[in-house]
Amino acid sequence: MGDETAEVRPARPERWIPGRAAKYRTVRGTAPVLILFLPPALLLFSIFVVLPIAEAARYSFFSWNGYNSPDNFVGLRNYLFLLRHAAFHTALINNLLVIAVSLVVQLPLALWLATLLADRIRGASIFRLIFFLPYVLAEIAAGLIWRFVYDGDYGLAGSIAGFFGLPAPYLLADPSTSMAAVLGVIVWKFFGFHMMLYIAGIQAIDRSLYDAAEIDGATRFQLFRFITLPLLGPTVRLSIFFAVIGSLQLFDLIMPMTRGGPSDSSQTIVTYLYSYGITRMRIGFGSAVGVTLFVICVVFAFTYRRTLMRHD
Amino acid sequence: MTDFAPKIRRSRLGWFLTYFALVLVAAIVLLPLVATALGGFKTLGELRTNPFGLPQHWEWSNYWSILSGPTYWRMLANSLIISGLTVFLALVVASMAAFCFAHVHFYGSGLLLNYFLVGLMFPAATAVLPLFIKIRDLGLLDTYMGVVLPQVAFALGMSILLLRNFFRGLPGELLEAAMVDGCGYMRFFWHVTLPLSKPILATVGIVQFVISWNNYLLPLILLNSDAKYPWPLGIMVYQGEFTTQWQLILAFITLTILPTIIVFLAAQKYIIAGLTAGALKG
Repeated sequence: MGDETAEVRPARPERWIPGRAAKYRTVRGTAPVLILFLPPALLLFSIFVVLPIAEAARYSFFSWNGYNSPDNFVGLRNYLFLLRHAAFHTALINNLLVIAVSLVVQLPLALWLATLLADRIRGASIFRLIFFLPYVLAEIAAGLIWRFVYDGDYGLAGSIAGFFGLPAPYLLADPSTSMAAVLGVIVWKFFGFHMMLYIAGIQAIDRSLYDAAEIDGATRFQLFRFITLPLLGPTVRLSIFFAVIGSLQLFDLIMPMTRGGPSDSSQTIVTYLYSYGITRMRIGFGSAVGVTLFVICVVFAFTYRRTLMRHD
Repeated sequence: MTDFAPKIRRSRLGWFLTYFALVLVAAIVLLPLVATALGGFKTLGELRTNPFGLPQHWEWSNYWSILSGPTYWRMLANSLIISGLTVFLALVVASMAAFCFAHVHFYGSGLLLNYFLVGLMFPAATAVLPLFIKIRDLGLLDTYMGVVLPQVAFALGMSILLLRNFFRGLPGELLEAAMVDGCGYMRFFWHVTLPLSKPILATVGIVQFVISWNNYLLPLILLNSDAKYPWPLGIMVYQGEFTTQWQLILAFITLTILPTIIVFLAAQKYIIAGLTAGALKG
């Protein structure tokens, strides 16, 4: 449903049938085009995407600082350390928290706003633009802006607290509030993207369904409950998919705000990989984190597509 | 995007509440951005007492000191070079591969396409350490190309998918007619496919430009001299140098997001369609 709306596609999706061309095929045939056109993509993709994953799998069994060649084989020790490391547990929990907040706060908010703005109400396009704006900004810039907002001395949080006569809050510097503060920014940054997906989905719904229901005297809520929501199913499932994958990649937004701290309280899997693998040049251990993330992503993507998105 | 209008029957109060909610959300979205831009016009002392409001005295020196120095312009130039090269190479390489998947029948094409699509399933972070080793061994560390090539590689999955779907939608008679006239695949690609595919090339180009322009992790790992830093890295360096000088940092943030906001407002239709289409098809 929602998939088709945003697709750019010329008049007819008529497929070129190769068999029909066979008799017209020129002497040059298909070989030259394949030999010239495929290898650049194939090489780039293999060298810089696929091969590194395979190498990460190999390096993850070594203790290696990146110089000479990896020769200190440690077996599964990197993985065992990871499983026992409290900071990694925090990272996993934080990733789950991000997903939970997406499902409970962000997506309902996005859906609600989409139902308001899919109508041709006055100013709808301006509101859409405003709500989508944070999504276009770089996560680094958004993170820095919110670091300022949350600042107890110079930021908005400080002056709000001062207005109520409270002591200056340092939300990002306090392990008990840092992740909550980050979660707020995530909703601010990404709800507009999900709202746009939903608007595209709602606009693809057949108008006559609403007309028929209205003649039967359906209320606005009934229209939403029995037409919009069920027909938006594929879009909602897709947006949940993006929320989960987005959570698993979360890194840029955290760096300017907390770098995963204080005392690992706002680590995600990728900031953990950065703090414990990259900055300390522990190639083997960092690769083990990368492989773990890879497995989580691929297993999730496959099972989600096979089960919930099977019919979409 | 066509506007869609189910019958809107709302009471006066309903309308009021609807707009109240919309304006409230809009205010929450915009407040941090406006406060950032205004903060750049304040002195540090005023920022402490008046972070929300308009500056009592507009202090242009924060912005001016950044605009008159070389750092800001160098960062933007680096970002433009890296993003521009990434988009150009991604479009060239992906459109050629997509053309094969769309029009050329060959053994294993389905399998090969799926090979590229696997790249959509995991973030670049998973293999970033081996990638660092590889770029170092290739002697590309701290070069523009060392960042561009992996970015192009990670852009391929989505780009090939979007382009191939579009190419396949081009009328089949075109290729047939061209073949009759003795036009080879490559001439067809150059003279027919590409000119007809400007909208999708623009869409893919915009999506990849935004992704590359905002990218932080890959340049962070693959570049190590300030002189080559694109703006997300440069702004973090700047923030590290002036940690407590919020008035300067805010001015700097404003200047770095300004190009994004201007381009977004100017090309909003394409950007919104591009980013959501990229997501929907990816």
